[in-house]
Amino acid sequence: MNNTFDRKVYDISYIDRTRMFYRAQGYTSDYKWAKHSTTPIAKMSKNIADCRVGLITTAMPNTEKGRTCRDIYSVKCDPIPESMYTSELSWDKTATHTKDVGSFLPIAALQNAASEGLIGGAAPCFYTVPTDYSQRNTTKFDSPRIFEHFVQNNIDVAILVPL
Amino acid sequence: MSLVARHLEEKNIPTVVIGSALDIIKTCVIPRYLHVDFPLGNPCGKPNNIEMQNAIFKQALALFNEKIETPLIKRSPFVWNSDQSWRNNYLKVDSSNREQLKREGNIRRKEQKLVESSGVNRMTLTP
Repeated sequence: MNNTFDRKVYDISYIDRTRMFYRAQGYTSDYKWAKHSTTPIAKMSKNIADCRVGLITTAMPNTEKGRTCRDIYSVKCDPIPESMYTSELSWDKTATHTKDVGSFLPIAALQNAASEGLIGGAAPCFYTVPTDYSQRNTTKFDSPRIFEHFVQNNIDVAILVPL
Repeated sequence: MSLVARHLEEKNIPTVVIGSALDIIKTCVIPRYLHVDFPLGNPCGKPNNIEMQNAIFKQALALFNEKIETPLIKRSPFVWNSDQSWRNNYLKVDSSNREQLKREGNIRRKEQKLVESSGVNRMTLTP
């Protein structure tokens, strides 16, 4: 591999990389990623400057429970957690780190946007959602629970950040 | 995460996803996506770069103001750095690590069996 190749910019196919990695680990059936040709699109009923914004992350709380039981958690944004549990997730542990929560969970940026009047307000809690081999668990169980949290807390729009 | 976004959209809650895995997003298909072309782990900006993190968040917020009929994908203009070697190195499989990966896979399968039999946790998708 020469330096010219190292500098080449291209979009990584994470689906292909993951497939080849699992095969090299001896797994015999490839993971089937969720595949759709269209998407539901919700209309904005008001300007973002009037919306209450909620955050969703795939990281887990860095607590005994969060580290041992990956689940949906509602976690207060204030104070901003000093750390989140990310080691079980697939991210580039060679090129970077997740010691700065703001680099993958934008609570401070959300609060900054609220203070600048760019949004109507910040939801008091953020929500964790576990990555799951089972798409059924995500669609049938986790997603409705997240929706319920949003309804109960009058959250208008969501910003979701997978690591 | 894209499946959660699709569910919320069905329930009339607009969403924006901020991420760094463009192909996965394009395969699942969601309405609004801000692509940050960084190594996986820091889609909201480089660690300890508050200015960049605020800027990326504002780029994401701007997507809510777009009137869309079809999926919208925007690329953040930020670049990681001049060294692009992370693109080739992530989950690399070659002759240098093939045997090691096989060993790790065997260990992982044993761990997964223990987890499945305990019933206390869910199997993660990721390697």
